[in-house]
Amino acid sequence: MSEALQELSSYIGEAAGDLVASAEIAYGELTLVTDGARVIDLLTFLHDDVQCAFVNLVDICGVDWPKRADRFDVVYHLLSPRQNQRIRVKVATGEDVPVPSACAVYPGADWFEREAYDMYGILFTGHPDLRRILTDYGFEGHPLRKDFPTTGFVEVRYDDEVKRVVYEPVELKQEFRNFDFLSPWEGTDYVLPGDEKAKTN
Amino acid sequence: MTEHNVRNFNINFGPQHPAAHGVLRLVLELDGEIVERVDPHIGLLHRGTEKLIETKTYLQAVPYFDRLDYVAPMNQEHAFALAVERLTGTEVPIRGQLIRVLYSEIGRILSHLLNVTTQAMDVGALTPPLWGFEEREKLMVFYERACGARMHAAYVRPGGVHQDIPHKLVEDIGNWIDPFLKTVDDIEGLLTDNRIFKQRNVDIGVVRLEDAWAWGFSGVMVRGSGAAWDLRRAQPYECYSDLDFDIPIGKNGDCYDRYLIRVIEMRESAKIMRQCVDRLLGDAKVGPVSSLDGKMVPPKRGEMKRSMEGLIHHFKLYTEGYHVPEGDVYAAVEAPKGEFGVYLVADGTNKPYRCKIRAPGYAHLQAMDFLCRGHQLADVSAVLGSLDIVFGEVDR
Repeated sequence: MSEALQELSSYIGEAAGDLVASAEIAYGELTLVTDGARVIDLLTFLHDDVQCAFVNLVDICGVDWPKRADRFDVVYHLLSPRQNQRIRVKVATGEDVPVPSACAVYPGADWFEREAYDMYGILFTGHPDLRRILTDYGFEGHPLRKDFPTTGFVEVRYDDEVKRVVYEPVELKQEFRNFDFLSPWEGTDYVLPGDEKAKTN
Repeated sequence: MTEHNVRNFNINFGPQHPAAHGVLRLVLELDGEIVERVDPHIGLLHRGTEKLIETKTYLQAVPYFDRLDYVAPMNQEHAFALAVERLTGTEVPIRGQLIRVLYSEIGRILSHLLNVTTQAMDVGALTPPLWGFEEREKLMVFYERACGARMHAAYVRPGGVHQDIPHKLVEDIGNWIDPFLKTVDDIEGLLTDNRIFKQRNVDIGVVRLEDAWAWGFSGVMVRGSGAAWDLRRAQPYECYSDLDFDIPIGKNGDCYDRYLIRVIEMRESAKIMRQCVDRLLGDAKVGPVSSLDGKMVPPKRGEMKRSMEGLIHHFKLYTEGYHVPEGDVYAAVEAPKGEFGVYLVADGTNKPYRCKIRAPGYAHLQAMDFLCRGHQLADVSAVLGSLDIVFGEVDR
């Protein structure tokens, strides 16, 4: 499996090396990193090339890294039924830097891009109909961003007096509790008081 | 003949409609009875599963997967468990694998029974759901006897399964298979050669294979169009490569072919279950059902009461949980509805950094416009039924 993946990786490096910024194999999966300007050319190559034939679009999703300059990753997962291989393509993008839409290459990209827009606010140029998809009509904000609170901002209820559903600021009987169970002895980057000499031997 | 002023009109299908299979709102643009455009509005069951999973430890995330495709709960958990196991490099013992496969196939039958019979109801048959649901109820009892819940199992956990199943349960599952095959014969007798059923399904919602791939279809939707593609064979996980089963494929890519494939898959699943039952009562009769790594799987209760180390592990695993090494993986299983995938980004802590759930129904539903355009209004419900949509997983 990994040999075939290595072969595929070097083949893509030869045939379309100028479209790929870096390629990496980890956990038995091949990841290509590219940028917004080249991603459509890369996807078209992966789709059309006979040795790749990644004809099935599995998924497009966003990942948020708020501390990075380009805070979002757009991650494409493709499947080649002929080669029986999967591949992942990553594109980093910023809050107001649009990514070209993959709808022309894969018609199935439509809803996945709408979802990425809805959840993260990632913009796609050339998308036929970039509306919100999963959230409510008239929803504000992008809920899967790391700076969006899990409890949200508004809640709905049916108001019997005005005979319709009304929006109100969210009011919790108990605050949302997010416990930090991370052990203070591993995984933290601060030094516990009195522990300064522990690692100096 | 006088000239009529003809105009298209829009109708709203759902969100409360029995043939919408949940909370789907379709805005249909009709020219007479011909569908010109379909605009599905989804998200009415959106619960923010992915966001919630980011705030929970890996073990606490498991029950959310039951609530996605609530027709076949364990298949979803399975995908998540595979993703975590791939990142942590955990091996599942053979008895655990067999139990997982056994319950995955029970899930497949649960889902196909529901889909085949309710799709028949959408096109006018009433008896099949009544017969099918009787069998589903028996299967849910098997779920309950393994994990204590009929639907929301939380049974397949990273590292293996939660607890061992008694031999009596395995025997009862074995005894259920043959009468079930008789029920499938009965349901087929009602539908397969039924004139009305064929009129409503043959040549409806035809998908060519290239389109099926490009739209991101998977599972029965590509097999119906003629691709011999099944993740259980193509990219085997667990012990599927040791098991003997066939993959049915269709020729025409219409609703009727998809119906036939689902029926045959139920028989194949029964065949797989038979092999699992034989092995669970034979060479894998005893043995661990989950990984023996104490840093990943909590100890047995008795051990927790007696051993100091067990107590520490128990406490740590149920508060902090285990840490998953940094990296990202995509793990997919052949769920009854198609390829159910989990894209997991781990940052080395005890909580997933990002958990994207790739639901097969989402990709299938977005092609409604492509599938229904030019069909009659009545065919919309036939096509929708054969897509096999469950809103738990579409809306997440």
